[in-house]
Amino acid sequence: MARLALFFGEFMAVREIKASDITDTVRMLCIEANTDLGDDVIQAFEKGLKQEESPTGKAIFTALLENAKIARDEKVPMCQDTGFAVVFVEMGQEVVISGGSMDDAINEGVRHGYKEGFLRKSICDPFTRKNTKDNTPAVIITDIVEGDKFKITIAPKGGGSENMSRVTMLTPSGGKEAVVDFIVQRRQEAGSNPCPPVIVGACIGGTPEKAAILAKKALLRKIGEPNPDPELAGMEKELLLKINNLGMGPQGLGGRVFAMAVHLIKHPCHIASLPLAVNICCHASRHKEGEF
Amino acid sequence: MSDEIKKITPPLTDEMVEGLNAGDQVSITGTVYTARDSAHKRLIALLDEGKELPFDMNGAVIYYVGPSPAKPGQIVGSAGPTTSYRMDAYSERLMEVGMKGMIGKGARAGHVVDAMVKHKAVYFAAIGGAAALIARSIKKVEIVAYEDLGPEAVRRMEVEDFRVVVINDTKGLDLYKMGQEKYQIA
Repeated sequence: MARLALFFGEFMAVREIKASDITDTVRMLCIEANTDLGDDVIQAFEKGLKQEESPTGKAIFTALLENAKIARDEKVPMCQDTGFAVVFVEMGQEVVISGGSMDDAINEGVRHGYKEGFLRKSICDPFTRKNTKDNTPAVIITDIVEGDKFKITIAPKGGGSENMSRVTMLTPSGGKEAVVDFIVQRRQEAGSNPCPPVIVGACIGGTPEKAAILAKKALLRKIGEPNPDPELAGMEKELLLKINNLGMGPQGLGGRVFAMAVHLIKHPCHIASLPLAVNICCHASRHKEGEF
Repeated sequence: MSDEIKKITPPLTDEMVEGLNAGDQVSITGTVYTARDSAHKRLIALLDEGKELPFDMNGAVIYYVGPSPAKPGQIVGSAGPTTSYRMDAYSERLMEVGMKGMIGKGARAGHVVDAMVKHKAVYFAAIGGAAALIARSIKKVEIVAYEDLGPEAVRRMEVEDFRVVVINDTKGLDLYKMGQEKYQIA
């Protein structure tokens, strides 16, 4: 709905979005993300099945394809760990939200989605470990962008793979080589824990907190979609080869496909720093988008 | 890795466990108990206080899982393994009182691998993330303790042809290392 609002004595168009509509969309996206694996991931499984040399590894790809089909057909979560609800918002600066705050609307959507979708509630107090019982609060990362669109991406991520994330502050002298070495080593150390075949997300640059967010965001790119930056595209190829040459394979049981993709993002950094964040995603690379 | 599938039914004995080797494909039919981080902590606290455990640990197989809620008509929600290293701190104590098998995913600490040799126990992996598929081999579920922990409650599960693979055996072997050695390109 377009409205005219008075800003600094001038009228400008604003687009109104109802908080209740955001709640509805979030509810639906939470269920969809956890039950309907993206086609890009399914295609990566099919490619992996062809590429894999180990019989056990092949059997794992077959099981993952079957698992994804059961989840989609029966609308049940593909993994029991339905994750922390991580929500990326791109909010056009001409948008106003009516009928409540955006964060409340999103959390209400998570609450409904996790209940109605029979998704596991996995969020607890860090010390008492007492469960919040509705999977809230969500982690909400908001970017204010140009225009009047409101885009929301839900990316639930399980604890097993999230525990394998790392942020490190390398020294600039180490350069690209240090970055590649750290990512390969992290992937090796994480072993079978993050449910390989994985997608490795990483951000080089920024500050520690910026890098951590962008490493997670890197996972949202479709598998198989090339990195628009040729330098990073080359590094992704090199990293994927090195990681798969480790021979750890699907589920770490030995084989060719330990990772299905490496996704990198670069961001300017301080002259004193070379920050690097690595975020490993399990094979159930879940994310769904909605737009208003 | 052998193509043969070894069938076992818990409770496991020393002889049964000694007959399993790293890399063996195993089909479990019978009772397994579920426990994750918080349940393990409580079980160990009971042992520390000299109290009785909520289920018989003799020959028991513990499955590291926190299932998603069952939909109407379902026996259990999705139920794949969680990462095992978080239970490393507790596992030897449970082996001392009779636990013979653990099902999870991911490598165990050296001291846990040693404890498996000492106490004759095995560690199995199920396919991490194949949770909707694994749920099909679970035929009955009942909460036996710690209902307040929600997904982390201890459950008795009756499973049928639950497919796992032996990672660590009673000889100290480790399938994760063996598998990598076979496929690593230097």
